[in-house]
Amino acid sequence: MRERTLSKSIFINLVLILASIAVMYPVLWVIKMALTPAQGFSLSANPIPDTISLSNFADIMTTKDANGGWLFGRQCLNSIVISAATTLLGITLATTAGYAFSRFTFPGKNIGMKMFLVSQMFPGVVMAIPLYILLDTLGLLNSMAGLVLVYSTTAIPFCVWMLKGYFDTIPKDLEEAALIDGASQWTIFIKVIMPLAKPAIVVTALFSFMTAWNEFILAATFLGDERAFTLPVVLQQYVGSYSTEWGHFAAGAILVSLPVMLLFFLLQKHLVGGLTAGGVKG
Amino acid sequence: MKKLILFFISCLFFFSLAANTSTITLWHSYRGLEEAALQEIAENFNNSQTDYKVELLSVPYDAFANKLTSAIPRGNGPDMFIFAHERIGDWARSGIIDPLDPESVKLMKDRVVNTTLNAVQYKNKYWGFPLSFKSLVLFYRTDMLPSPPAMTKDLIVTAKRYTDKSRGRYGLAFQATDVYFSAPFLFGFKGGFCLNTPTANDTTPACIDNPGNIKAVQYISDLVNKYKIVPEEATSALVTQLFNEGKVPMVINGPWFMGEISKNVPYNIALLPTVSETGEVLKPFLTVESLIIANHEKTNIKGVKAFANYITDAQAGKIRALKGRQAVATKEVYKDEEVSADKFLNVFRQQAEISVPMSNLPGMRMVWEPMATAMRKVIRGADTSDHALSAAMNQYKIFSQTPPEGQDPLIYILIMIVAALAGIIYIVRQIRKYSVFKSMKTMPAPYLYVLPAMFAMILLVFIPFAVGTCVAFTAHRAGNYSFVGFSNFISILFAQDFPVTNPLSFYFTLAVTVLWTAVNVFLHVTIGLFFALLLREPWLKLKGIYRVLLIIPWAVPNYITALIWKGMFNRQFGAINGLLIWLGLEPVSWFSSFWTSFAANVTTNTWLGFPFMMITALGALQAIPRELEDAAAVDGANMFQRFWNITLPLLKPALLPAVILGSVWTFNMFNIIYLVSGGEPDGGTEILISEAYKWAFQRQERYGYAAAYATLIFIVLLVYSKTTEKLGKGK
Repeated sequence: MRERTLSKSIFINLVLILASIAVMYPVLWVIKMALTPAQGFSLSANPIPDTISLSNFADIMTTKDANGGWLFGRQCLNSIVISAATTLLGITLATTAGYAFSRFTFPGKNIGMKMFLVSQMFPGVVMAIPLYILLDTLGLLNSMAGLVLVYSTTAIPFCVWMLKGYFDTIPKDLEEAALIDGASQWTIFIKVIMPLAKPAIVVTALFSFMTAWNEFILAATFLGDERAFTLPVVLQQYVGSYSTEWGHFAAGAILVSLPVMLLFFLLQKHLVGGLTAGGVKG
Repeated sequence: MKKLILFFISCLFFFSLAANTSTITLWHSYRGLEEAALQEIAENFNNSQTDYKVELLSVPYDAFANKLTSAIPRGNGPDMFIFAHERIGDWARSGIIDPLDPESVKLMKDRVVNTTLNAVQYKNKYWGFPLSFKSLVLFYRTDMLPSPPAMTKDLIVTAKRYTDKSRGRYGLAFQATDVYFSAPFLFGFKGGFCLNTPTANDTTPACIDNPGNIKAVQYISDLVNKYKIVPEEATSALVTQLFNEGKVPMVINGPWFMGEISKNVPYNIALLPTVSETGEVLKPFLTVESLIIANHEKTNIKGVKAFANYITDAQAGKIRALKGRQAVATKEVYKDEEVSADKFLNVFRQQAEISVPMSNLPGMRMVWEPMATAMRKVIRGADTSDHALSAAMNQYKIFSQTPPEGQDPLIYILIMIVAALAGIIYIVRQIRKYSVFKSMKTMPAPYLYVLPAMFAMILLVFIPFAVGTCVAFTAHRAGNYSFVGFSNFISILFAQDFPVTNPLSFYFTLAVTVLWTAVNVFLHVTIGLFFALLLREPWLKLKGIYRVLLIIPWAVPNYITALIWKGMFNRQFGAINGLLIWLGLEPVSWFSSFWTSFAANVTTNTWLGFPFMMITALGALQAIPRELEDAAAVDGANMFQRFWNITLPLLKPALLPAVILGSVWTFNMFNIIYLVSGGEPDGGTEILISEAYKWAFQRQERYGYAAAYATLIFIVLLVYSKTTEKLGKGK
């Protein structure tokens, strides 16, 4: 069934093309609004832009701070640093924890697993102010480190569970073989398990990145300086109390989503790999 | 990074020493021209003297109030901020802001328009320096309409001439179901909310079902349904679009609308007309943007006063008027030649004289939701005006119930201590029973692997939640929390004021939430898995492109895409109904009935949510050796059998976490409901978390009640996870 037949190929491509159109249709309005200099919200049936102007992009990308520095560039950098650090920290803490939960039986394991799950059930409405006080007490308010910590803990539970689930599917024979060859526990983890778990690590990396990349309420509450803002906060500044500058918002939304798509494009070749391409057969 | 920050701080410190200048911070959420004008004034102020330096911070409006209430009590707030006056009452009671001193009051009395100063008054004190005011006026396109009507009778006659529903043309457009935009009619029919009398105070109940309001709501419904001159389901986006495309000659809107009108549209503004039936003028609400003093020990009062003096004088006022396009509160400004020649500013100034300052009393905040629900009901023809408004009054009474009385916490504390002791004994016994410490010594690896993540979780998730849960046992009143035991939980779970079928009921909302979660997760998983299966074919050439295209809904910030979906579900102008008509079907009024409204929410959330499930499934699928499927294919199993008996069971361990966590997230997915259906019809499509938000931020500031809601949500989810655990073991 893996062989390609013409009818199957046509069918799959047709379904995917239709799905891509359905997915892209609402996004065309975002593009239209971004390319239209007016700041209205476009509702017309036709999502093809009448005019093409890059003024919205120019407006938001050329903002300056009080000292004349390039504000947008600075904020871009903040976003990248915070999201990258969140991804790194989240993945590091989650792979080790996920591995332990998958491979060892130890007292406290079940409780530990459950605590990660339970943490996702706390509604944000009761958390914001205590979290603010906590970060303030720790001196992490208004710092990238504070946000990275908060975002990582938001992302970790999914990552731990996802990785644990994936590690479970990796046969233990491999590790046992390596153990017989004299490899240490840590070497096995780094050299054998991690490469095999690549697909799951890609998924969790993308998820951690997105958790940090799109968040604005906590960032706007914790950060007290325009130069420290992240891109979603900048984007949300265009939403006013009475009206929204939709042209700017749409242009910003496109700029914010491009890196995510690029990242995914680069990472997706690692989504394929894992068992069949990895060590089992060889 | 830290070094860089240190460097900046030391630079700042150095400069401040050199010039002996103290920095004062100002938070605002101005954009565009208004922001540019404010920046210019701040710069001029900083250059005009050396004692103070104003630093501006533009905070997103959505996070503004939250940031203030978190930061100011911790001493991290700004020295001053700019905000509309209607929250002054709340903030004054909570001790977040400071009133003006007598000297400043005297200065303001000389300087600003009297109505604006009255607006910032609360409990005989003045709580802000009035900067500018905003109110609705009548916008009209001069290429379509030479002069605006002065009476509503003429308005209806004129509007009818332009109306041609089949071509999407109307005579008048405004957000009829929005209380702020309909308020002029309420006051024009001598209605209103009884909160603007001089004797009104914190405990004054608002009135909703008065004869004036009943007539006014009926009148607005007639404009939409009888005369058909006003579009139904008019959102702010639709109003702008109709005006810009020349499909409506008249619009009721505020000064911010000027920024939304296309450059090539010729327009003018006029005062709102007079109601022919009553002889009363249509009076809009007046909101006054004010410079407000933050109340914490670091606030530099002298600096704030210096800046307030500067920004409210005629010179800065002129910059705000001409460059920021604001209707400024400073009287002197209107004597300026350039300003008095400006027709727009003058109309706004005149309209301010015939307007009703929005009340800053707590009663006002609770009016919006019941009133809006009633108006939507009447306009879509589901109820009569008087019946809907008396129902709204009942709802108001529920919202405005006084929070429960404080109780003596002693007995609870004793219970808590006993429970804590029991808990500790239990944990110690468990640790002994399973000899945790011993295994930590003999087998430290797993503990070392788990510990860092667990430590971070306990610190940043469990501790804040424990603190938050404690709030559920309190009642919030004017910045003070008093202990009330289980009162909040009891009044949520055993509410006497309404039947279980009322959308306010916890059980009704719970049922909707469970349904919402189940339908969404089912669709996310099915669709996500379907695409993941299609996308793993090794020979598929455009795989990379398809994958990137299909994750776009996840990548684009959902604030804008959710609103585009809402637009697509519009009754008359939306793409979905366009498609239905093209297919020869009847158009659907999506937000008028529960199931269609629910379907609109689910569709939007499925569009947003399936890519994540697709990626997860793509990753999980890699754990399955395809040889197994191939072997089954050789044995003659068909595609469905192979999927059901081989692929799915093997996929389960890697996919289950995403399904369980996905359902937990969907359970608390608040912003899609808020942005798409907004709870319509009549609050029916609200889910538990959006109810909790409403209790905390839109009705009274009942933080305790909201926290109790959140705690109940947590308990429900805990029970859910127990059942899934059993299901997982059962298989």
